[in-house]
Amino acid sequence: MPQAHDILFKTLADPTRRALFERLCRDGEQTVGALTARAGVSQPAVSKHLGVLKQAGLVRDRHEGRRTHYSAQLGALAPLIDWTIQMAGFWQSRFDDLEGLLTRMDQ
Amino acid sequence: MTETTAETRSVVVEREFPHPPEKVWRALTQPHLIEEWLMTNDFAPVVGHRFHLSGDWGGVLDCEVLAVDPSRTLSYTWNFAHDDPAYALKSVVTFTLTPMDGGTHLRMEQSGFRPEQRQAYGGAHAGWKQFLANLETLLERSR
Repeated sequence: MPQAHDILFKTLADPTRRALFERLCRDGEQTVGALTARAGVSQPAVSKHLGVLKQAGLVRDRHEGRRTHYSAQLGALAPLIDWTIQMAGFWQSRFDDLEGLLTRMDQ
Repeated sequence: MTETTAETRSVVVEREFPHPPEKVWRALTQPHLIEEWLMTNDFAPVVGHRFHLSGDWGGVLDCEVLAVDPSRTLSYTWNFAHDDPAYALKSVVTFTLTPMDGGTHLRMEQSGFRPEQRQAYGGAHAGWKQFLANLETLLERSR
């Protein structure tokens, strides 16, 4: 699986990050403050998640005065829509669990 | 990684684990261990043995053991029956274990998907399935 796909899957595997991304997809551009109000985590945590999403190309930021607005970049998701990539993502996440199991088997 | 041919496609996922092949083999072949990382099952490492893998999304895969070479190769069918051929799936999953310094290189190849396949059934792990379905809707809408 190409590295770009790995990054997308890893980025979206975190439920808080996925929820932030889904909100931007659904409700359009928003400020960090507005996202924090409904995220259930602190503003620094939200900012950190947004930074990771930005690195994966999933969101874009726009500065306006002291505020930063974030918007979803849906085009970045295109590779995930190919179901063979979904299948690879399935096995990647199974392998994550296998790795955890192997470590537990030592104990 | 996806390979496209005229008839079928395959998916390959590889990873190195810092554990010996014998141990990885146990995780791949003992039902209570398989359940911990893959799905509930009635697997037995015997060529010709038919078993089911049951996903937590309610889907059940029909499987048959094709090859067993302890600590080296394990292969079984991974089929999903569905009235709509676009959703039915006939595929083969092959695990290849290669010993390496301090661990095991594990290669999983799932092959046999048809190009017109619309859903990765069996791989459509509930969370991802719903999430990706939502995204697909969003992408369609934003075109």
